[in-house]
Amino acid sequence: MADLTTDFLGITSPNPFWLASAPPTDKEYNVRRAFEAGWGGVVWKTLGEEGPPVVNVNGPRYGVVHGADRRVLGINNIELITDRPLETNLEEMARVKADYPDRALIASIMVPCDEASWKAILPRVAETGCDGIELNFGCPHGMSERGMGSAVGQVPEYIEMVTRWCKQYYDKPVIVKLTPNITDIRKPAAAAKNGGADAVSLINTINSITSVDLDNFAPEPTIDGKGSHGGYCGPAVKPIALSMVSEIARSQDTQGLPISGIGGVTTWRDAAEFMVLGCGNVQVCTAAMTYGFRIVEEMKRGLSQWMDEKGYRSTSEFIGKAVPNVTDWQYLNLNYVTKAKIDQDACIKCGRCYAACEDTSHQAIWMKEGRVFEVNDAECVACNLCIDVCPVEDCITMERMEAGSTDPRTGKTVSDDYANWTTHPNNPMAKAAE
Amino acid sequence: MTSPQTPGIQSGRLSQDQLARNFEDLHAPYDAHEAAVAADRCYFCHDAPCVTACPTEIDIPLFIRQIATGQPEAAAKTIFEQNILGGMCARVCPTETLCEEACVRETAEGKPVEIGRLQRYSTDALMSRQGHPFARAPETGKRVAVVGAGPAGLSCAHRLAMKGHAVTIYEARPKPGGLNEFGIAAYKTVDGYAAREVDWLMGIGGISIEYGSALGVEVSLDGLRENFDAVFLGVGLAGVNLLELEGGEKSGVEDAVHFISDLRQSADLTALPVGRNVVVIGGGMTAVDAAVQSKLLGAETVTLAYRRAREEMPASGFEQDLAASKGVRLMFNVMPVAMHGNGAVREIELEYTALVDGKLQGTGETTRLPADQVFRAIGQTLAPVDGLDLEGRKLRVTDTGRTSVAGVWAGGDCTPGEDLTVVAVAEGRDAAEDIHATLMAAAG
Repeated sequence: MADLTTDFLGITSPNPFWLASAPPTDKEYNVRRAFEAGWGGVVWKTLGEEGPPVVNVNGPRYGVVHGADRRVLGINNIELITDRPLETNLEEMARVKADYPDRALIASIMVPCDEASWKAILPRVAETGCDGIELNFGCPHGMSERGMGSAVGQVPEYIEMVTRWCKQYYDKPVIVKLTPNITDIRKPAAAAKNGGADAVSLINTINSITSVDLDNFAPEPTIDGKGSHGGYCGPAVKPIALSMVSEIARSQDTQGLPISGIGGVTTWRDAAEFMVLGCGNVQVCTAAMTYGFRIVEEMKRGLSQWMDEKGYRSTSEFIGKAVPNVTDWQYLNLNYVTKAKIDQDACIKCGRCYAACEDTSHQAIWMKEGRVFEVNDAECVACNLCIDVCPVEDCITMERMEAGSTDPRTGKTVSDDYANWTTHPNNPMAKAAE
Repeated sequence: MTSPQTPGIQSGRLSQDQLARNFEDLHAPYDAHEAAVAADRCYFCHDAPCVTACPTEIDIPLFIRQIATGQPEAAAKTIFEQNILGGMCARVCPTETLCEEACVRETAEGKPVEIGRLQRYSTDALMSRQGHPFARAPETGKRVAVVGAGPAGLSCAHRLAMKGHAVTIYEARPKPGGLNEFGIAAYKTVDGYAAREVDWLMGIGGISIEYGSALGVEVSLDGLRENFDAVFLGVGLAGVNLLELEGGEKSGVEDAVHFISDLRQSADLTALPVGRNVVVIGGGMTAVDAAVQSKLLGAETVTLAYRRAREEMPASGFEQDLAASKGVRLMFNVMPVAMHGNGAVREIELEYTALVDGKLQGTGETTRLPADQVFRAIGQTLAPVDGLDLEGRKLRVTDTGRTSVAGVWAGGDCTPGEDLTVVAVAEGRDAAEDIHATLMAAAG
């Protein structure tokens, strides 16, 4: 079994699976049980400033989007930061860290956007012995109305400023948690880096309304007939998170900045995908909230199995391995010509490929006598939609045309030379091929 | 105390409780979550094979999607648009040889989308409040006589009434429903569903039923042609094939259809007699229904004797398995040659058969089974209707049900094609459309 030990910012944990700052990490009771269940680290639910804690609504805090059989695809929430006194949280954190020295314990913090507030809380957090802090610049609901959370995360200058204060008043690693509710994720990431952040973590939740009650005409979750947007998370947000992570991993301004990946990690595979896109570890919430802490066991075994199969002895051997393959559209090889091919033995004759292609794509699939579906290479642009909608795995495949053969769609000879848009004759900005 | 072992034909072999359990719903209805999960399995195929396989061409992917999106009643309307007896068909259709056999998930996994149960879920949703989803068109002033209140006649009558015609149904029996009411195993249509369905269907308005009015007895075809603008015959197969063999007249040798009918109409199953050792001769749905119900009533042994091989048995694999699971013994390649007994049948003598040069023949080897009740289920026949041409042993009709006599249409079991409720519904509906087109064209 491969060694899953992960070093993130000098913080070692027995595996790369951390619980994200959220309800599962709200108190000592949960965190101890999480560690017993095998989680590598925990980002404690966000601490607020000293004084009367925030209050939460007393109606529903979560909304949900279900897939088949009520499978949870996404959850949104309108819960605020911890609603327990700061002192209670700090005492509990100290006790837990003392008892689990091998696990990562990170304090998530959200206090008003002024230097005094940060200066006041940081030494107290440091006293707990926790391994680092995560600045919550992400929560899009409630706290953002008070100038915190995503209200800070949406202004790169504030990110940089607060990060700088934290680096000034706190010795251990500072992770900046980013909101996805912005236009270009590279900007807040660069700001964090400029402020001296040791890492960024992303994504926090996405502004969302999960559904609307059509009897009461109110968004879900509904509190006494009204609803407020919540933060969306879970499997549904993973593609958005992966893209944002990859942008930071490959951007010149942020290259090399360590990333803790968050957003719908549910299985070992999800985790591996985040990690090969440059994440040093991953943080999980919705999967635990859906299945309980024990879900980490599958993630650990699965990642280890995959590493064994691939011959990786440590996570550092594959972290970032897919980053060089994330590129701009303009650099994609236009001479890579493929055609869909339908395996007639595997085909169950549902005709979804046909409907999709005929109605919404390129009319490149024939429906022949006896419900035989065949690809017309002269029309197929290899869009992949047929594969996407086919219910049978590997029934339809994309086959690359050999160099020297003629693409019946374009009448052109297929070349195995690499050629992209930057040199294409149709591109008015094309550079002469060198 | 009477028990399954009590000799002869006896009632009360099982307790009331046991009988109630034996005859409860064969397939428990889906609850909402089960329906949602089952509906989600549908791929919404292009030009879906299940629709092609359905004699009434219900838009199955659409109604299943309507269930999946939380509107079972709207799904029911989609079903009823094509098949007004969609509720009964959901219960009695041999879906395993129709829509579900064609389902691509049957191809893929050997486990089709459970279309029949989903259809029942959605039709039940609407039927549970007896809500009628259609409105009748303005009166056309045209009058149509429908003979037979079975699936074909009811389907035809409903479609005609919906189009604004006035329909009178003439029914020989004292109750409507035809085979739905009298000829289908009780566990397939519990809680008086057949009668409830007819009540609901009549909700369209414009239909009246005259009971005790058999064609050729109380009413004549000529009389109907004179008094109505069109006539539809959905008379079914009133005759029963006879079994001519030694001892066939002994008491205890009966027609399966009568047994099934008596059972369906029985208010108290403990009062319904059944033999200790029952043999059913035949291989169709009627044979299976009679055999299974004999067993459920408390017969000690029930044997279904079919003269050909299993592969040729008209009853589907599902029906065969159902019979076997209830304890019915299935015998293949045997034909009855004699009934033995002093007045009442005591034994049946069966001869083994084999195909010789493509012809079924007795092998000469025989076996005897104890039998104090023998049911004939070897098919029903058309009671002749004067003046109408036949095709084989049924009424000759066109695609839209026109008989050889102008102004007379026919459909259902009395016409060629499979003898299934769903086929009868399709034929009645299509004939109604043709009658409507014909009457309206004539009206100019």
